[in-house]
Amino acid sequence: MSVGVPELQKLADSVVEQAKPGEQVEAYVSRGGETSVRVYEGELEHFVSAQSEGVGIRIIKDGRTGFAYAGTLEPSAIAEVLAEARDNIQFGTVDQWAGLAESDGVAQIPQKFWDDELANYPTDKKIEITKELEKLTLAADSRVRAEQSNYEDGWAETAVSTTTGIRESGRGNSCYVSVATLADDGDEAQTGFGFSVGDSPKEFDLKKAAREAADRATRLLGATKPASKSVTIVLDPYVTSQFVSILSSALNGENLAKGRSLFADRLNEQVADPRFTLVDDPTNPLAYTATDIDGEGLAARRNILIENGVLKKFVHSSYSARRMNTKSTGNATRGGFSGGPGVGCLAMQVQPGSKTQAELIASIDDGVLIQDVAGMHSGVNTISGDFSTGASGIVIKNGTLGAPIREFTIASTLQKMLLNIIDLGNDIDWLPMRAVGLSLVICDVMMSGS
Amino acid sequence: MLKTQTAEPLVAPDVLERVLAKGRSTGAEFSEIYIEDKRSTSAGLDDGKVEQVTSGRDRGAGIRVVSGETTGFAHTSDLSERGLLAAAQAAALAAKQGDGGVHKVQLGDVLRHSVNTVKLSPDAVEKSRKVDLLKRVDAAARAVNASIVQVSAGYGDSRKRILIANSNGVFSADEQVRTLLRVSVVATGDGGMQTGYDSLGHTIGFEMFDENDVEELAIRAAKQAVTKLSARPAPSGAMPVVIKRGSGGVLFHEACGHGLEADLVGKSASVYRGKMGELVASPLVTLVDDGTMTAEWGAIGIDDEGHPSQRNTLIKDGVLTDYMWDYLRARKEGRAQSGNGRRQSYQHLPMVRMTNTFVLNGKEDPDDIVRATKQGVYIAKLGGGQVDTASGDFVFGMTEAYLIENGEITEPLRESNLIGNGPEVLKDIDLLGNDFAMGNPGTCGKDGQGVPVGDGQPTLRVRSLTIGGTAA
Repeated sequence: MSVGVPELQKLADSVVEQAKPGEQVEAYVSRGGETSVRVYEGELEHFVSAQSEGVGIRIIKDGRTGFAYAGTLEPSAIAEVLAEARDNIQFGTVDQWAGLAESDGVAQIPQKFWDDELANYPTDKKIEITKELEKLTLAADSRVRAEQSNYEDGWAETAVSTTTGIRESGRGNSCYVSVATLADDGDEAQTGFGFSVGDSPKEFDLKKAAREAADRATRLLGATKPASKSVTIVLDPYVTSQFVSILSSALNGENLAKGRSLFADRLNEQVADPRFTLVDDPTNPLAYTATDIDGEGLAARRNILIENGVLKKFVHSSYSARRMNTKSTGNATRGGFSGGPGVGCLAMQVQPGSKTQAELIASIDDGVLIQDVAGMHSGVNTISGDFSTGASGIVIKNGTLGAPIREFTIASTLQKMLLNIIDLGNDIDWLPMRAVGLSLVICDVMMSGS
Repeated sequence: MLKTQTAEPLVAPDVLERVLAKGRSTGAEFSEIYIEDKRSTSAGLDDGKVEQVTSGRDRGAGIRVVSGETTGFAHTSDLSERGLLAAAQAAALAAKQGDGGVHKVQLGDVLRHSVNTVKLSPDAVEKSRKVDLLKRVDAAARAVNASIVQVSAGYGDSRKRILIANSNGVFSADEQVRTLLRVSVVATGDGGMQTGYDSLGHTIGFEMFDENDVEELAIRAAKQAVTKLSARPAPSGAMPVVIKRGSGGVLFHEACGHGLEADLVGKSASVYRGKMGELVASPLVTLVDDGTMTAEWGAIGIDDEGHPSQRNTLIKDGVLTDYMWDYLRARKEGRAQSGNGRRQSYQHLPMVRMTNTFVLNGKEDPDDIVRATKQGVYIAKLGGGQVDTASGDFVFGMTEAYLIENGEITEPLRESNLIGNGPEVLKDIDLLGNDFAMGNPGTCGKDGQGVPVGDGQPTLRVRSLTIGGTAA
């Protein structure tokens, strides 16, 4: 990584050095801190200042894997973790593909993950910003209340060492502000939110966050429940980002290997409309989830997954790659020291179209602009492809936006929705999520209401 | 490796007294320390292989200091007196700047309020026996039908010792044991793949597997996937919905439970604000939140603020009788806490959370409820849900559902979401069965924190809910 952390690397190395003959050992150590400020009605509601650290150790011997972790870097605890991981080996099943990653010579593309200004930012100013955001939100619309205004920042240092020669360490920090809103109209209340992210607080756009939070809460006041029918939908960039993110599971090489991908046997076939091209590119510094290495310490890289609607590639870790007789695509994921690596897309990007959202809407006779969805986690099955989610938005009639609607669902299947993409916007939004946002038009989706 | 655990307190009382006094040193009126020592074991089987056994250890303390409306919080994994005093100092400064003089805090005896009994601590069971359960699940699921192509199973146990002390003299301890088994199955047929899922979880030890048949669990999940292979698309639009006993508690969790949490009510972010004493549900509905319900997934001896768990009636015969409370919100209203102050771990601030939330029995025979429904949907298993507490709009997924035609359960349906509005749905419950059952173990997420919860209900009918399928 760009900036090494020698102290943690040394700690990870010291674990790996204790490998016994025949053992592959991986040590992942990290430590970090966070500040969380919450303001309510002009007063500081809470201030959290916290530090945490931990170590995860994975040992593979004769095809069996054991793992253990502890939320501390005390030397005695690390020794215990190593012993536990070793003890756990005996209970695993022999897996001929089990193993750690080995360097594949792909070069890392350096990026900037650390900001000195953020690291030295004074506490008083963090509180001031949070109060300012609440004030701006309340000023944006008289019907709006602020439920909570937040400032969050965090820093982390990590190091990974393996007996296969991987040695990587680095550090990063980040910050964001967010505000949750309520808008009242008589008996009715609706909620909204707004946020802003930056390398340091000076990059925050507080006015935009406040404006969006007020708009999101007020735009649904007076909304009604629509009648059920088949419609064309325009997904707002924020919704498209969530929609694209769920495709990660179907493009996951481990899911493919284990028969859990709805794209199984579809390589080089048309799975989406030719206008749809999807790339996973964590090397693009504009992506919020940009990274220089993956969860196993291999260089992150750009992979074209769906090109002009044709399925080109699944993403792999070293494990899934070994199983499928291919090479890692640098897509191991990792949730921290308490677990081993998984597989997933890291920074998904859809190739934009040429129209603005307004132009897309102008071309639709009968449709709905979907501004928010609920229940993506409960109503979408990425194995069967069944898709059904709660939604709210605005009716589109003869090319213009009409009345707001809520308490309805949109449903189809993922397979069908990808083929039914009929247009894409040029309104790329680098949201703080795993996938980029832009306006996406999908036809023939069932809307269920009254 | 088997371990013997010592019964000595996590931190000595005199150290706690000094840490609490330090918390008030800048003039704050309240300080609290929450200490946690958790050991966990998990094992996963997938694709016919036991992939990995994981051992985990999480230990640390969270220190909270309250001054007026402001809470300062700091946490540390260093449980030495020096580490704790440093965290107390950080929390004190976060809550209030200034010199508050010298404070003295005195703690009496530790309060223990046990609601669960553990016969066989997970620490005393060989890991090989835990792994064997997964192999049995895998074999049983695969034996159901040739269409079963994949099985994934997970075992998890945890033993968490907690100790809470505060400057008001609260001094409580609990040992919380949880044991969990889950299974996911994939079946394949002409129309593609379908999935089945089931789980079993209790606040007891390994004896859970003497009292429950893991093969039965696996078979249920497998049959769910196989049944769905011939499922037709779910209907679209509003219709009567019958929810099987023990599978729809999440409806109440989402439709009204969250809206009855005093922190959301206090900020007027709940549709149930200002509705105390009013009819908010069908008179058939009595809703209870009960942290003392032995062995259920949300059962706790004490909450994470040291308050003993209790049984709270929230809605009685349709009338709103109480909200759920934690320390801060109760203090503001000058009333008693209700044992609902919970947190994910020592790294988190407590807030108002549910425990086991359920609807009490009605009078109907469940079969009569189906017979009385001419056309509608029968839900045998619900997935996760989500609610907007301010508007009351909620969604949840139906993972196993059937059509009801002329009073009979007929064809299986593909998965979809349901959508409704909490206050409306509560009033729309027109038939309530006499067959109460608790549902699957759940994890409730709020403000980025997950805590274990239980839910339950008898078979019931909602006059009208919107099914988000694709069939016209």
